[in-house]
Amino acid sequence: MATFVEKVLARAAGLPEVIPGQIVDVEPDLYMSHSASWRCIRALERLGTDRLHDPSRIAMIMDHISPARTAKTADDQRLCREFAARHGITRFWDVEAGIAHLVLMEEGLVRPGMVIIGTDSHSTIYGALGAFGTGVGFSEVTATWVTGKLWMKVPGSLRVEVEGRMPPGVTAKDLMLWLIGRLTADGATYLSVEFHGGYPASLTVSERMTMCNLAMELGAKNAYVPPDDVTRAYLAERGVPPGEYEEVFPDPGAGYVRTLAVDVSDLEPQVACPHTVDNVRPIGEVAGTHVDQVFIGSCANAKYDDLVEAARILKGRRVAPGVRLLVTPASRQVAARIAREGIHADLLEAGALITNPGCGACAGDGGAMADGEVTFSTANRNFQGRMGSYRSEIYLGSPATAAATAVRGVITDPREFL
Amino acid sequence: MEARLGGPCVKFGDGVNTDVIIPGRYLVSIDPAELAEHAFEPLGPEVQARVRSSPVIVAGSNFGCGSAREQAATCLIGAGVRAVVARSFARVFFRNCINTGLLAVECPAAAEAARDGDEVWVDHRAGRVEVAGQSFAFTPYPESLRRILESGGLIPYLKQILAAQAARER
Repeated sequence: MATFVEKVLARAAGLPEVIPGQIVDVEPDLYMSHSASWRCIRALERLGTDRLHDPSRIAMIMDHISPARTAKTADDQRLCREFAARHGITRFWDVEAGIAHLVLMEEGLVRPGMVIIGTDSHSTIYGALGAFGTGVGFSEVTATWVTGKLWMKVPGSLRVEVEGRMPPGVTAKDLMLWLIGRLTADGATYLSVEFHGGYPASLTVSERMTMCNLAMELGAKNAYVPPDDVTRAYLAERGVPPGEYEEVFPDPGAGYVRTLAVDVSDLEPQVACPHTVDNVRPIGEVAGTHVDQVFIGSCANAKYDDLVEAARILKGRRVAPGVRLLVTPASRQVAARIAREGIHADLLEAGALITNPGCGACAGDGGAMADGEVTFSTANRNFQGRMGSYRSEIYLGSPATAAATAVRGVITDPREFL
Repeated sequence: MEARLGGPCVKFGDGVNTDVIIPGRYLVSIDPAELAEHAFEPLGPEVQARVRSSPVIVAGSNFGCGSAREQAATCLIGAGVRAVVARSFARVFFRNCINTGLLAVECPAAAEAARDGDEVWVDHRAGRVEVAGQSFAFTPYPESLRRILESGGLIPYLKQILAAQAARER
């Protein structure tokens, strides 16, 4: 009787079973490093070895500052390129590819039952495909490059049962903000968060990504949505047949630290107010707040579905005078698809500035704010100073709320545009 | 690392995040001294000066929440911080502390008792925090983590292991 995380970590540790609190050495299936890759390489130099355990498990993606803005970054990125070539690391994506998480999932490298570590806290997103994903420091990725192993404390599990039909204009992002507001930013610290029930089962992989991504903001170690036909179809489209992965499900009767039942039928759009992600209010309490900039981007909400959701409101309308709308598609594939389908033009005609794919303004790369300015963002963090001045403010919400806000120039309920 | 270390503390509240500890714009560096100049910059020069003159940080819950950036731990080392005592830590920050050789201790009672500026001493082997003469217990690190910490972090620890392996193979 084991939870998802107990099963998956036991397998990766080569043990028949593990229990919460136990410290085990696991062999991760994939080691992701993004723009921190150069730091991993410098740590390897300190270690004084060049012997890598298994270069085929290494994936490097240049996403946080892309393309380079300074000679220092250019130098760091060149170090990664040359390192990858020298070591035969074929899973290397350069500055044009987009956000690491999206790239790995779109490329079919993330599969159910896998254990994946990444130099990014939002590695919890891999749970959208039934995999274990967790963020670690760059030294840990370096150590794993060399030894193939990393210590993990087996977490307890939080089971969230989500039922009900989401009202129009309300999204998975709103659900997660509501949950973070209710449980607080350390509501699931060190826990594996499992999403079960009819609502997650009804979602696309893209929306499941938003849920598992935002679970990080509860302090979670990893997140999980049980694999199903939606998962299998997503993988099959990417050339990964069911025979190439092993789905892992929690046992009935597994032990959870806490079980939570949520009904989304009456949920309203939610907004996280400055400067913490758990400072959450229903839209009605913050509607009318002035904004200077709207950012539609990040690994939380700049996927194809997210941009479609925003474009539905923006098409044929104009961004309010004096407001800057930045759109940063999560990946090159997303950017190509919105270009093909005309969404790119819809956004441009509405007055958006569309940047190259990547982390963009969420990671402070472009889109900086001056003192006293306000951004409404679809990202996953609103910490003080994250986007420019330490005296600026960030509000977080869904792509629909962001689009409605861009049109009016004040925080706006997207349901007014339905 | 000495078994017992400490000194006067600077005290923070709950939910201090990694963007406040070290803003993302400075992650182009991995040098502890360079990073230390920008540690806690969003909170202003007075807080920064306090951190630089305090060997111990005491904090509330979820200290270090947010990003996986390892520099959130190394910037504190660069600023001369020897130990962080908190009600609770965000998990990646806790890992990063151990892996960079910074003592991080979860001890809610001690975190509660300490007032800003108090002398706080930590004995990680004994599992004890002393706050202005009062003593509080915490569960000592499991041995596997203690070895990483006492080696000065994961990379120096692994270096020792690899050297020992090479010696055996010779």
